[in-house]
Amino acid sequence: MGKLAGYLGRRLFKSIFVILAIVVVNFGLVRMAPGDPAAVIAGESGAADEKFMAQLRQQFGLDKPMHEQLWIYVSNVAQLDLGFSYRQQAPVSKLLLDRLPATLLLTLSAFAFALVTGVALGALAARKVGTWADSAITVLALSCYATPIFWVGLMLILLFSVALNWLPAFGMFTVGVPMTPIEAALDVGKHLILPALTLGLFYMAIYARLTRASMLEVADQDFVKTARAKGVAPGRILRVHILRNALLPVISFAGIQAGQLIGGSILVETVFAWPGIGRLAFESLLQRDYNLLLGVFFCTSVMVILFNLITDLTYAAIDPRIEVTG
Amino acid sequence: MNEESKKTDAEIAVAMDRRGVLRSAAWIGAAAAVTSGAGVIEPATAQAPGNVLNTVILPEPPLLVLGLNNQGPTLIVGSKIYEGLLKYDAKLNPLPGLAKSWEISADSKTYTFKLQDGATFHDGKPCTAEDVVFSIMKFHMEVSPRSRAIFQRIKEAKVLDPQTAQFTLEAPFEPLIMMFDVTAAAIVPKHLYDGTDFRNNPNNTKPIGTGPFMLKEWVRGNYIHLAKYDGYWKKGEPVLDSIYYRIIPDSANRTLALQTGQVSLTTGSDIEPFEVPRFRQMPNMTVATNGWEMFAPLAWLDMNHRVKPLDDKRFRRALMMAIDRKLIVDRLWFGIGKPASSPIASATRFHDSSVAMPAYDVKAANALLDEMGLKRGADGNRVTLKLMHLPYGEVWTRLGEYVKQAAAQIGVNLTLESTDGAGWNRRVGEWDYELTFNFVYQWGDPTLGVQRTYISSNIQKITFTNTMGYKNERVDELFVAAANAASSAERQKLFSEVQKLLVEDMPVGWLIEMAFPTIHDKRLQNAVVLGTGVHAPYGDVRFA
Repeated sequence: MGKLAGYLGRRLFKSIFVILAIVVVNFGLVRMAPGDPAAVIAGESGAADEKFMAQLRQQFGLDKPMHEQLWIYVSNVAQLDLGFSYRQQAPVSKLLLDRLPATLLLTLSAFAFALVTGVALGALAARKVGTWADSAITVLALSCYATPIFWVGLMLILLFSVALNWLPAFGMFTVGVPMTPIEAALDVGKHLILPALTLGLFYMAIYARLTRASMLEVADQDFVKTARAKGVAPGRILRVHILRNALLPVISFAGIQAGQLIGGSILVETVFAWPGIGRLAFESLLQRDYNLLLGVFFCTSVMVILFNLITDLTYAAIDPRIEVTG
Repeated sequence: MNEESKKTDAEIAVAMDRRGVLRSAAWIGAAAAVTSGAGVIEPATAQAPGNVLNTVILPEPPLLVLGLNNQGPTLIVGSKIYEGLLKYDAKLNPLPGLAKSWEISADSKTYTFKLQDGATFHDGKPCTAEDVVFSIMKFHMEVSPRSRAIFQRIKEAKVLDPQTAQFTLEAPFEPLIMMFDVTAAAIVPKHLYDGTDFRNNPNNTKPIGTGPFMLKEWVRGNYIHLAKYDGYWKKGEPVLDSIYYRIIPDSANRTLALQTGQVSLTTGSDIEPFEVPRFRQMPNMTVATNGWEMFAPLAWLDMNHRVKPLDDKRFRRALMMAIDRKLIVDRLWFGIGKPASSPIASATRFHDSSVAMPAYDVKAANALLDEMGLKRGADGNRVTLKLMHLPYGEVWTRLGEYVKQAAAQIGVNLTLESTDGAGWNRRVGEWDYELTFNFVYQWGDPTLGVQRTYISSNIQKITFTNTMGYKNERVDELFVAAANAASSAERQKLFSEVQKLLVEDMPVGWLIEMAFPTIHDKRLQNAVVLGTGVHAPYGDVRFA
């Protein structure tokens, strides 16, 4: 246990420097985009004068020299203060927290769906390799993998919302109708199906393909033959001997997907009018809302680092041959 | 193809069946109309929408305090929360708003407004002449560049009594009367703003006005909910209990929401132009293109005169003669709007209908360029210029592609460039462009919304000024004289002359008088009445 604590401590200590570097690089990248928030607001208002631009730049803190702005930002972040979105007149942390539940609900549902269905389909295909079931799963996985995600979204809307009218086409809940908590939860659930499916299908395909390939590889190895020879039940061989050993590549990939839980759903959030962080990031980029955009970047980088760590720990838990050292 | 459509029919049959079952399970609510996969639309089977108006707002406004933010969507939502002293009809005649009456003195210098009885802010405090004077002389003067330019002509503002405010000008300024709309000078509460830093006032997230609706809830990224203000001064209004502004970023979904009845009203660019003809065909929908008279957005090809040969008016003229403006209206905007004929749009005061743009004539355009001595090179091109897209929607990209083709007919090779909103504003603001598109609101009067583009004293490194660098002393004189002339007859004469001069010089290439379709459920009454259309207070909007 002490070993694990030491490992965690070292990893987290290193992470602080990684995050610091990311914050500085992001700050530079964001400022390299042409135009600034004052220019955007002037354009949107259809009128501006010198005084207006100067007022805005002063309000946004853009009148200070760049290194001073960077210093202010970094020292604020060090105190876990992500700054203020002057455009929306609200603290960045509040704006992020408002949107976080919607995004996490969507991405975690998609993640769970992709992982469970993907691994199950992959395992099924590996077990029935060469049969029609295997071919069907392979074709399904390949088409889900190859189809652009926004197109899948639109087609699902066309089928389930427009033609069949089973599911709502957009939004997170029905607006303006009083509901009991249970009705409200069901309502959100109904709105969740199409976006989660759209977002999950792509990853499902990857997990299915990875699981299938990796299981077939493991199934040929000597220890499986030994297990079979000593009369272990086929189901147990599949679950304990093959699947567990075949899961490592799937977990690596799940770690990557999990890192994108916050920022990776811009398209789906836009197509389904889902009020999440992905859309917030995209809009704040267009509006050059620097603090907000950097806040989103900060959140996503922390997530990536966190999930890399979790992935590494999961490796060790699943495969005793891997040890945490650092 | 045949197989395909048969399959779709079968699907529809299944869909209808299911729908019946589901509707009886009260599952769908008001969303009764449905498009089939084939794109056939059934009229909405009338389930009364009740007293709630569902509509769309796009893009989501950053905040709703008028003056602090003057973006299109902010004006639409804010005009329900705040009020101006006056409103304007489609002919741009002033009507009573928060002011029940007004008087302009015989010397045209003193404006006296009497407020409506019983007007209160949403926090219950009465709205008085103090608030009016504060809003105009301090608030908008400080935060709003457009209002500041006009209101600084006011020499003195007085509170005569709690119901009466009086403004006295240095010199007569006829267009002042156009400046009291909610979109130009919303009345804000003095007791919440006076003595504070307006831009960072904590009340900015909770707008307080005198309008018929107040902000009830704003779920960012999802919807803005306005609720009836019970203390509204006008008895019997508002009729609606609530307005929901839904934020739906994808245009296909907005179209779907409108045709299934999930929203009953869209405006501006909510619906893509190519979808509009479809809604025109639907018996349960009204497509109105009026209600933009106050704004009269005029779209043009913006040309930077610092770039050769754009400094030569013969070249600018030839370029415009190669562009078929009628085709642009018919094919790109699907018949919404009309070809521009003058720098002053036809809905704006003092438009002169005798002024005309040169006709579409490729041969004459080529002849003009030959006469200029601009020879075609070996590749057939006389000159290569860069055209930067306006990043405000798909249709502008299409327009750029068309103009590139049109210009090729006269040997002008255009390279297309793209950018986003911030990039566009920076480049135009820094004169770092050759050709681009722009569209600009005219605000009812040439002095308020037209002169800023052409007068040489407004050559500034800021967007929406004379960024082309155009200078004609006679044009400058005429605009200044027209701004200061006391009578409309005199102003008309001056503006007629300036329109002729401008069309001759062609400082920018006017393309179309834009119109934005407001599409709504036929049962929705009074959605578009004023010259400001969907920017009306909406106290009288109801479902029949």
